[in-house]
Amino acid sequence: MGNDHFVRFENVDKSYDGKQLVVKGLNLDIEEGEFVTMLGPSGSGKTTCLMMLAGFETPTNGQIYLDNKVISDIPPHKRGIGMVFQNYALFPHMTVYENLAFPLRVRKIPKDEADKKVDKALSMVSLQGFEARMPMQLSGGQQQRVAVARSLVFDPKLVLMDEPLGALDKNLRESMQYEIKHIHESIGVTVVYVTHDQTEALTMSNRIAVFNDGKVQQLSSPDELYERPVNSFVAEFIGENNTFAGEVSDVEGDKCKIKLNSGIEILANPIVAKSKGEKTTVSLRPERALIDPESEMDNNHKGKIEEVIYHGDHTRLRVDLLGNKEFILKVPNSSSRMDIKEGKEINIGWNSVDCRALDPK
Amino acid sequence: MSKEQILSSDGIPLEQSLKKAERKNKLKAVLLVAPLFLFILIIYVFPIGDMLFRSVDDRMITKMLPKTFKAMESWDGQDLPDEPVYKAIYEDLKYLKENKTYGKIIARLNYEKSGFSSLIKKTVRKLKKIEEGNYKEQFIKIHKRWGQPEYLVALRNAAPNWSYAKYLKGVDMRFDQNKNIVQVEEDRRIYKILWMRTINVAFWVTLFCFVLAYPISHLLATLPMKYSNLLMICVLLPFWTSLLVRTSSWMVLLQQQGPINDLIVWLGLAADDNRPELMYNVIGTFVAMTQILLPFMVLPLYSVMKTISPSLMRAGKSLGGTPLVSFVKIYFPLTIPGIGAGCLLVFILAIGYYITPALVGGASGSLISNTIAYHMKSSLDWAFASALGTMLLVGVLAIYWVYNKLVGIDNIKLG
Repeated sequence: MGNDHFVRFENVDKSYDGKQLVVKGLNLDIEEGEFVTMLGPSGSGKTTCLMMLAGFETPTNGQIYLDNKVISDIPPHKRGIGMVFQNYALFPHMTVYENLAFPLRVRKIPKDEADKKVDKALSMVSLQGFEARMPMQLSGGQQQRVAVARSLVFDPKLVLMDEPLGALDKNLRESMQYEIKHIHESIGVTVVYVTHDQTEALTMSNRIAVFNDGKVQQLSSPDELYERPVNSFVAEFIGENNTFAGEVSDVEGDKCKIKLNSGIEILANPIVAKSKGEKTTVSLRPERALIDPESEMDNNHKGKIEEVIYHGDHTRLRVDLLGNKEFILKVPNSSSRMDIKEGKEINIGWNSVDCRALDPK
Repeated sequence: MSKEQILSSDGIPLEQSLKKAERKNKLKAVLLVAPLFLFILIIYVFPIGDMLFRSVDDRMITKMLPKTFKAMESWDGQDLPDEPVYKAIYEDLKYLKENKTYGKIIARLNYEKSGFSSLIKKTVRKLKKIEEGNYKEQFIKIHKRWGQPEYLVALRNAAPNWSYAKYLKGVDMRFDQNKNIVQVEEDRRIYKILWMRTINVAFWVTLFCFVLAYPISHLLATLPMKYSNLLMICVLLPFWTSLLVRTSSWMVLLQQQGPINDLIVWLGLAADDNRPELMYNVIGTFVAMTQILLPFMVLPLYSVMKTISPSLMRAGKSLGGTPLVSFVKIYFPLTIPGIGAGCLLVFILAIGYYITPALVGGASGSLISNTIAYHMKSSLDWAFASALGTMLLVGVLAIYWVYNKLVGIDNIKLG
């Protein structure tokens, strides 16, 4: 991979009405050839960032660089950025071929060369033979692929995708995720992808930027994001999460004692809350807590099963633990665990490393 | 290949039991449609049928001079007819005189050949002097035109029950004595000019409406809701105002001492003693009709533009099309159904527009509809008014047909 900051947001602010900032002091570097996902709830500013990059919105403050050039003054049609839109935005009055040839025709590329490029782009999404169809005659998944092919046909260095799989059903969405990922891997284009679906982000991306409230909360690889969230929002937003609210009562090296609101103390990993007396929310992934652990663990507490939810490959337990009635446990389905019943008292243990003391909610 | 009949569970053929089950619904549907259907039939279909009928109905003369035409059947039309024809004319005219209804035939016959007016009037006046026998001689004595074959030929030409003479009149043509179609004298050609003016006005009004409505509709479709609603009300407000009120407001604005003329004078574009005439001519018709018909262009355009996703233009730009190219290649083609609907609607409404040209058009700005009204109300030539109306109707249908051929009527979108 080449350029370390192929795309660069530098202190970018964006406000639509002059009263509220939608994007606040955004700094973001994207490497050439990378697949970066902007993930966040709706209204977090991720799509606005994408639109500023594409040129459809102008930053209120700050600069955006593409390949070391300031792009604020370049109109969208001269930026040479491919884009896949939420609702595909295929031109309904043109055939698939004409849709794909449009970016080539406006670039005055000779017809035989354009034909080759269209053919190549269509084969990339396995849609050869569909040239003469109108977009309305295609299924949702096929339209989506045409939109992807169209965004790539003029060999842009950067492709933006704005929730492109939002309208597809679950199965199709999953297979398209892999397809887009493979296309990205095979042609090495830089992709900036926007979604609010965390599974999608985790599956496809090299790095994920989690957006909330106009700011990037965390920018890291998918596993890092899941395993080591840096604040409560990320921990809550990515994957499932059990929380305890409390206050730091003691810190010893890489462990700290947290006094929960119920008065009981647990051991945790001081990430954000590092000094005595600090309020904190402790985050623990459901799969990191075990029932009747065989080995010694930092925390061992009794809990009462409130609810058992069967999920096929695993069973989820809602447990009343240390005053948290919404504590979730995941138990793999195996014959040894047939004694799980509502109302039963169980031993639950977890290590302090997995139990991260983050900022209070 | 015979299909096996499918039976429902009680042994009755499926088709039959389906019909039975649907019968009630069908009856309901018919009853719901019936009032409108009857209304249209009585208010719309019958009058149009009657209009079509009147435009070709020419039985009046035949009915009023029955004996004459019966007697003329054996006449070859070359020399003067024989005694029985003159006798029949005498009897018919005598009957008409007694009933005081001969006035009606004068106009009709005079249209066939000028000179009939004085001929009939004089003959009727002297009818009581005519004695029995030798009618031919006595008639020629009363008026020498009875001795000229062309007048009798003209009389015979008025005989057929059905005639498209009114239609010919509508395009400044007529039958000559020998039933050939010829143009009327140059100084009497008025209808062709009127048709051309009507089409011309409708065309330009449509064009003006399109040019004005396109950007407004685009704005309406793209503005945020709170502004677009306000703008929409501004567009629709005149639509909800009485046509007469709007036209009279234009009369106030456009008159020679009106505010627009005041403004022109104030700006120094015209001298105070030489104010331009903005009303009672074509300008007034153009201005007022464009304003009045504008909503009919805005609404279909708006409804089509509303469905065009803004991301299409964005896609066009992101793919490298300049704003102009993206507009021409993407946005504009997608608005064609709306343009078609709007133009068709405005053109058809404009071509038959009546009140506005009647009030602000004056002589040079009046259209074919005003002439139809004139013949309905003043000259009482209903047949001719019907013929003009039918021509207008056929013209509109022709435009519709051409549009269907060129763009396709299913491409039309009215909302």
